[in-house]
Amino acid sequence: MTPTEQAVALQAPASGENRAAETRSGNGAGPAMVLQGVHKCFDAQVVLNGIDLTVGAGKTLAVLGRSGTGKSVLLKLIVGLQKPDSGSIRIHGQEMTASDLEATNEIRKTMGFLFQHAALYDSLTVAENVAFPLRRHSKMTASERADRVKELLAGVGMEADLNKMPSDLSGGMQKRVGLARALALEPGILLLDEPTAGLDPITSREIDELILKLQEERDVASIVVTHDLHSAKTIADRIVLLHEGNVVIEGSFEELEKSDDKFVAEFFKRDT
Amino acid sequence: MSHNAKDSRLWSAQDAPQSVSLMDSTLASIWNPINVFLEWFGEIGIFIWQVLRATVRRPFEGRELIRQLDEVGSKSLPMVALAGAAIGAVLALESRHSLIRFGAKAMLPAAIVFSIIHETGPVVTGLVVSGRVGAGIGAELGSMKVTEQIDAIEASGVNPYKLLAFTRIVACMLMLPLLTLAADFAGVATGWIATTLAEPMSFHKFLHAGFAGASFSDFLAPTFRTMVFGLIIGVVACFQGMRSQGGTEGVGRSATSSVVLSSLFVMLADVILTKLILVFFP
Repeated sequence: MTPTEQAVALQAPASGENRAAETRSGNGAGPAMVLQGVHKCFDAQVVLNGIDLTVGAGKTLAVLGRSGTGKSVLLKLIVGLQKPDSGSIRIHGQEMTASDLEATNEIRKTMGFLFQHAALYDSLTVAENVAFPLRRHSKMTASERADRVKELLAGVGMEADLNKMPSDLSGGMQKRVGLARALALEPGILLLDEPTAGLDPITSREIDELILKLQEERDVASIVVTHDLHSAKTIADRIVLLHEGNVVIEGSFEELEKSDDKFVAEFFKRDT
Repeated sequence: MSHNAKDSRLWSAQDAPQSVSLMDSTLASIWNPINVFLEWFGEIGIFIWQVLRATVRRPFEGRELIRQLDEVGSKSLPMVALAGAAIGAVLALESRHSLIRFGAKAMLPAAIVFSIIHETGPVVTGLVVSGRVGAGIGAELGSMKVTEQIDAIEASGVNPYKLLAFTRIVACMLMLPLLTLAADFAGVATGWIATTLAEPMSFHKFLHAGFAGASFSDFLAPTFRTMVFGLIIGVVACFQGMRSQGGTEGVGRSATSSVVLSSLFVMLADVILTKLILVFFP
């Protein structure tokens, strides 16, 4: 299956599904995500120190930085798994930090989250993992759901492993199943925590191309936390580099590569 | 100022910070465990509130509840029945000699039945379930927590307090009385076997003698107090599991603390509830 076919499979809903696509994709006016002055501390350690970010529909922002600089925390704040100490996080214009649980869960349904280690439910099979959000939030019949699960898994090249348990999969395979699960509800926003870590170069490239296709064809807004500079260069419209809780620099890959900042130059030196 | 006085003052001045730090560390060593204890109660209070809030909203997770009823109920049944059977046999063997000594051999069936349905059946069931189910829930949820599976559930717009905690707590509450009945039955049956091996007696006669003078409340209140044991086991094990941190070591700690704390609170609740039952059902 070519990346184009994969992207089509991932975005095509099974027949009979009646979902508010506009809500999912958040195609309304304004940026998909706006973060303003987001602070987060753990005890005395300042992890994020007033982060401002904006991601528009159909745009991909790559977040780079050394390990432990709060990149994963940033994604968890956006999806509401953690609360910021101060600042504002607006998703499709709705304030996450002020929403009650019901409203937060409604917003979460418009987001797909790929965890760093996939976080597959280890008591469920691969197919059940991908079906989990569909079972909970869609009105699909069992056969429609099964078809959709097959389409999603085919999209990440895992259609032959429907009935395997997560413990039977390699790290990279778990990542791909996690990505299929994140895409199950056709989210308008994708939050990807190191999507290509642990994947072979060919699969990494396929995942990158899938993200690009979703961005182009479905206006999906993505934030991708990654250490993979090639991947960041391929998929991201803009890149931010975090260091000690602050955004050191924000711009295109080329702009960052040309930066005179010592830390930025150091960061990019390894690959260049 | 004498030389000695000067020395003494110098000694005090130098030693003052040391005495202050000693006092601080002494105070800290007293305060820290109290602080941890109070924090634990505060956090479990918040946890219970979150579960209660989740309870009143749809969906009611019937599918997961049925799975948990099976997990807590049918899978604990052999262990609980075995423990009840052992207690019944031991009670019959031990009580027989004592009652013969006091010339009250005829009271043996009643002593066995009353002892089992009033106290040993419910408590043994509570402790066995604390061990089997408490450890299971603590380890399962702990493992889900440290591998971010609970976060994944939450991120997908599903309330983990309802899906994971509420279902397990309700399953424990519903299954404990039924498991207690099984333990009671197994205990009474082996009590009769042990009795009849020493001195043949029909099961019907044994039951008739055992339940003579017993009222419905003798049976009902002790059995249903195990719902409280189920509540304790479910809440403590889910709470310890869902606050787990620190990888596999943390999972181990959650499983152990779930068993220890739920057993401790079951025993404490047993004392309080026994007193209350004696007050309300004299």
